[in-house]
Amino acid sequence: MSVDLSVDIGGGLTLANPFIAASGCFGYGVEYADVVDLSTLGAVAVKGLFLDEREGHPPERIVETPSGMLNAIGLQGIGVRRFVAEKLPPLRERGAVVMVNICGSTIDEYAEVARILDDAEGVAAIELNISCPNIRKGGMMFGCSLAGTRDVVAAVRKVTRLPLVPKLTPNVTDVAAFAAAARDAGADAVSLVNTFLAMAIDVETRRPRLSNVMGGLSGPAIRPIAVRMVHECRRAVSIPLIGMGGIMNADDALEFLIAGATAVQVGTANFVDPFIWGKLTAGLTGYLERHGMAAVTEVVGSLDLSTRDAGPTPEAACS
Amino acid sequence: MPVDVDATVLSNTRLSSDYNVLGLAAPAIAAAAEPGQFVMVKPGLGDHPLLRRPFSVFEVIEDDAGRVTGLSLLNKRIGVTTRTLFGLEPGARVRCLGPLGRPFSPAAPPERAWMVAGGVGLAPFHTLAVALRARGVESTLFYGARSAAELFHLDAFRRLGVRLQLATDDGSRGDHGLVAAPLERALRGLGPAAPLRLYACGPTPMMRAVTDLAHAHGRRTEVSLEQVMGCGLGGCYSCVVPVRRNGGRPRFVRSCLDGPVFDGRTVVWDGLGAG
Ligand SMILES: Cc1cc2nc3c(=O)[nH]c(=O)nc-3n(C[C@H](O)[C@H](O)[C@H](O)COP(=O)(O)OP(=O)(O)OC[C@H]3O[C@@H](n4cnc5c(N)ncnc54)[C@H](O)[C@@H]3O)c2cc1C
Ligand SMILES: Cc1cc2nc3c(=O)[nH]c(=O)nc-3n(C[C@H](O)[C@H](O)[C@H](O)COP(=O)(O)O)c2cc1C
Ligand code: FES
Repeated sequence: MSVDLSVDIGGGLTLANPFIAASGCFGYGVEYADVVDLSTLGAVAVKGLFLDEREGHPPERIVETPSGMLNAIGLQGIGVRRFVAEKLPPLRERGAVVMVNICGSTIDEYAEVARILDDAEGVAAIELNISCPNIRKGGMMFGCSLAGTRDVVAAVRKVTRLPLVPKLTPNVTDVAAFAAAARDAGADAVSLVNTFLAMAIDVETRRPRLSNVMGGLSGPAIRPIAVRMVHECRRAVSIPLIGMGGIMNADDALEFLIAGATAVQVGTANFVDPFIWGKLTAGLTGYLERHGMAAVTEVVGSLDLSTRDAGPTPEAACS
Repeated sequence: MPVDVDATVLSNTRLSSDYNVLGLAAPAIAAAAEPGQFVMVKPGLGDHPLLRRPFSVFEVIEDDAGRVTGLSLLNKRIGVTTRTLFGLEPGARVRCLGPLGRPFSPAAPPERAWMVAGGVGLAPFHTLAVALRARGVESTLFYGARSAAELFHLDAFRRLGVRLQLATDDGSRGDHGLVAAPLERALRGLGPAAPLRLYACGPTPMMRAVTDLAHAHGRRTEVSLEQVMGCGLGGCYSCVVPVRRNGGRPRFVRSCLDGPVFDGRTVVWDGLGAG
């Protein structure tokens, strides 16, 4: 029996399977062309791009923490124009489905980057990074305010017909409200979560372990919180969700799918195992066969709450 | 093209309370590795520690028939992964991804080759010495360590025809103090016209000092840097080194792709991080 792994993530974009390389964890994709056949991934979300080149933060840029890692890369990047000229052609040639993760210090910058991508050949979707915790201006600044989220999404919506996927930050109290705000402003789908703002200290030197003092936590440590957030968003909005946070194998991915994500992204796990992609599709296929499902869409949002209460409200979780 | 091998531990030779040599059955990586390249290693499958760690390929292991059967790592205990690698017994499994990174550019006669190692910075020089011997290059190893007991594999280098210049922090063998002292004498002794290639690996201050010293004598140094690496494949941008090329402003380049071997004079040493 062959199962159908394809998923429709909104805006008219169908992926061959639900596994997407997470932004910032897969370079510009071309770095991995020797290791994996890029056309076998559902999509590749490339490193966040501004209008211009950026140097990012000085080292130390990462530190490992229990079952996770902190990063403060600071969005080092080549800028959108060089990306279009130098990276898109080889990505196209290899048949990669490219999601471009875009950033801005101002709303105008987001719109300008989106406009350039809209004109380029070989961009499948725009992932709007309003959630990077590692930059002073832009990023999470927009993603932490409902008005900011609405304004950026609406401004970019005006300049592009590409599928538009705002990426939400988990560093808010009610993530579902942000999913709804993004939808209202014209998002085709939302992706979540970006990293959790965090910090680690070297007790011997009493210095922060990252040059930027704080960084974003990713990896298995955040997975249960990320799953909870996808569940909350699923209840609030009906646009497709792309879930992520600490997915290390097919079972982890299934948690997100069952909670209501149509597709998932895998970031930190790709550092541990760059050959993970074939294992993810094999694991998912095996699961679907075992459960007698013909398509991955059958498992999406299939969370069985029949033996539970409607689920705790945030207030109940505090008691 | 890197491969990922679920390698069996062939041997674990403890050299001291902190150092060991771990033999791994990863012939596909060993056969392809060039001197100065590295592997990304993870013992155990769990989430703690989560990430792989970078290690130089120390030796290429061959059987009696000369077939490549694996590679070894020179490991120094400093934290969670290196502690585990110190304790592994033969038969254990280690995930090993490689070969990765830009290798040294080996000298060719009439050039002579000087390798400068500090502590665990010896690691990339065994395979380089093998390559230099095959090319018939006259080679010297300047090697500094804390004490005589931590000067390892001297016989192996001698067997490869490498001349040794030693230094120890406590003066128990060779020069008392930094390895830069015998290097400086040698640089003075060598005429400025004699063709020479210099390589250095060790603590950052040592590589910086060697680069400056060599530069003062009109020589370049290829340094092998040890930045923290998240992926080893260019995916994460964690491993960057500030590099100044052609007099331009410093740019962060990824050490796992553009390095770990750099022309020491292009490295902006103050920007390397706390280390
Ligand atoms: C290209 C390359 C080749 C290397 N080759 C070798 C080798 O052949 N043999 C060998 O023993 N080591 C080598 N290293 C260093 C090795 O990768 C680190 O010692 C290792 O990552 C430490 O892991 P850990 O889990 O034991 O330490 P952790 O528990 O992660 O860290 C312990 C402490 O060490 C510090 N630390 C961690 N990594 C580094 C680093 N790269 N430099 C300085 N401080 C660090 C941490 O900040 C922390 O304070 C190499 C590094 C690179 C980049
Ligand atoms: C080193 C690193 C760099 C990242 N860079 C970006 C980025 O440029 N843009 C972005 O939207 N998210 C970025 N992220 C966040 C990831 O895309 C992802 O949301 C997060 O890591 C959670 O997934 P994971 O646990 O599978 O890694 C980065 C994460 C890491 C670890
Ligand atoms: S270690 Fe990830 S980019 Fe170099």
